[in-house]
Amino acid sequence: MKRRHCLSLLGASSLLLGGCASLAGSPGAPAALPLRGTGDLGVVVARATGTLAIVNTSERAVLAQVTGLGDLSHASVVFSRDGRHAYVFGRDGAITKVDLLTQRIEARVMQAGNSIGGAISADGTMVVAQNYTPGGIKVFDAATLALLADIPAEYEPGKLSRVVGLVDLPGRRFAYSLFDANAIWITDLSNPARPVTTRLPDIGKQPYDALVTPNGRHYIAGLFGEDGLAMVDLWEDKPSVRRILAGYGRGQEPLPVYKMPHLRGWAVAGRRAYLPAIGRHEVLVVDTDTWQEVGRIPVAGQPVFVMARPDGRQVWVNFAVPDYHRVQVIDTTTQQIVRTLEPGKAVLHMEFTPRGESVWISSRDDHRVSVIDTQTFATQATLAIDSPSGIFFTSRAARLGF
Amino acid sequence: MHDKHARPLPSLSPAGALPRAGGALRGLPRLGMWLALLAGTAGLHAQSAPPTAQRQQELVRMVRQDCGSCHGLRLTGGLGPALTREALADKPLDSMVATIYHGRPGTPMAPWKAMLSEADALWIARQLFAGFPESEKGRP
Repeated sequence: MKRRHCLSLLGASSLLLGGCASLAGSPGAPAALPLRGTGDLGVVVARATGTLAIVNTSERAVLAQVTGLGDLSHASVVFSRDGRHAYVFGRDGAITKVDLLTQRIEARVMQAGNSIGGAISADGTMVVAQNYTPGGIKVFDAATLALLADIPAEYEPGKLSRVVGLVDLPGRRFAYSLFDANAIWITDLSNPARPVTTRLPDIGKQPYDALVTPNGRHYIAGLFGEDGLAMVDLWEDKPSVRRILAGYGRGQEPLPVYKMPHLRGWAVAGRRAYLPAIGRHEVLVVDTDTWQEVGRIPVAGQPVFVMARPDGRQVWVNFAVPDYHRVQVIDTTTQQIVRTLEPGKAVLHMEFTPRGESVWISSRDDHRVSVIDTQTFATQATLAIDSPSGIFFTSRAARLGF
Repeated sequence: MHDKHARPLPSLSPAGALPRAGGALRGLPRLGMWLALLAGTAGLHAQSAPPTAQRQQELVRMVRQDCGSCHGLRLTGGLGPALTREALADKPLDSMVATIYHGRPGTPMAPWKAMLSEADALWIARQLFAGFPESEKGRP
């Protein structure tokens, strides 16, 4: 069967997915791939089947399915700075380096028992994994995936913390948070053979994820264990932690949090940052000059992703079960919700095309990715992908903290 | 920073050590129910009708997919602990049912009672102890 033929059927029937996957994954199959750039490429995680779909955002099509990536629950992806390679961090502790052009796995390493994600250095030479088991970070050569450094998150003798909220910083540094130790650590990997770690203790209870602002200056960790967030000004000579949005719950009984929000992929629009509340169906708006709360926007459920369109005009929000059939759009000029969409069942993730004219939304239980025009909200295309979760476009390669 | 570790039972948690003002408000009423359920699960076992076959399929998918957000699709753990048969070998069934239904104060484990009946929670706990079934391959 011709490759092209197979791909054209992808949208028509899921039954052929397996066949196409084996075709794309088998050695020598993509014999005559067209010459192309990577700027409009991306990947969609099909988590239940351990498959990565390589997609093209101009054609709005699946180009190939790469199989054999293991347990992809909560998988996340970073890209090499040329946008050619995707580094996929799997739950099972694997890092898989996928070549988007040859559509093959180029390297794969099992580096931990239980992993939650990773980051890549600005110079593209190192990828770093953040792990739950054993708790800590590990540093790998981006070319070969050879281990360069192992930094256990040992906060008390013999006790390792689960690590969350890993971000890359300028100067070959990485910041991350220790869920079990209420700490933020900043590791300087200028010389990977001799990592230097700055430890900031007592940042607040149970940091669950974090972000770095687009300028690389502020690292903000969300706290599950209390109302508020912990912020570090990384431009200070001796970085320290301050609390922002303290007491945003105002002592009211929190609503159940059926899924942890994700902070990675900042939502900073103009001088405001948009952050998910924990245990409240609200998006918190904070002024990034004063770090004071300047508003809160009631939304349709527990926010999971709060993401700014690249131009900052809109902020899109999705939700935890049982409200995850909805997506809401905030107009950042009025702080009002201007649209509530229902793109499918169990919306897990959203990703904007590089300039934000479209957003791709994964609906896990409808086995569908929808491409939606962010101006008109019209659905421009749908792609059939088995239980899609994370969507990642190569434009992330050029963005700090993605 | 030493008061946030999950304790074996919430009853060991002094109210002041609960994670936040809201957390205390969230935790305390639930604590009572948690203990009441713990004490009353013998009755629960006796009187609950098991979920229908269709509901069981929904529950399998829910556990794999939604609980999987924290516990992993393969239930090998994540932010939440592993829920494999081996990992649960020495855990009491009753406290498992109570944790699913009422959550666990001081940890990210939410109460699922808005989406599950007690019979659902009991069925899920029993499946977890026996080794949780895979999702149906067919689409919902």
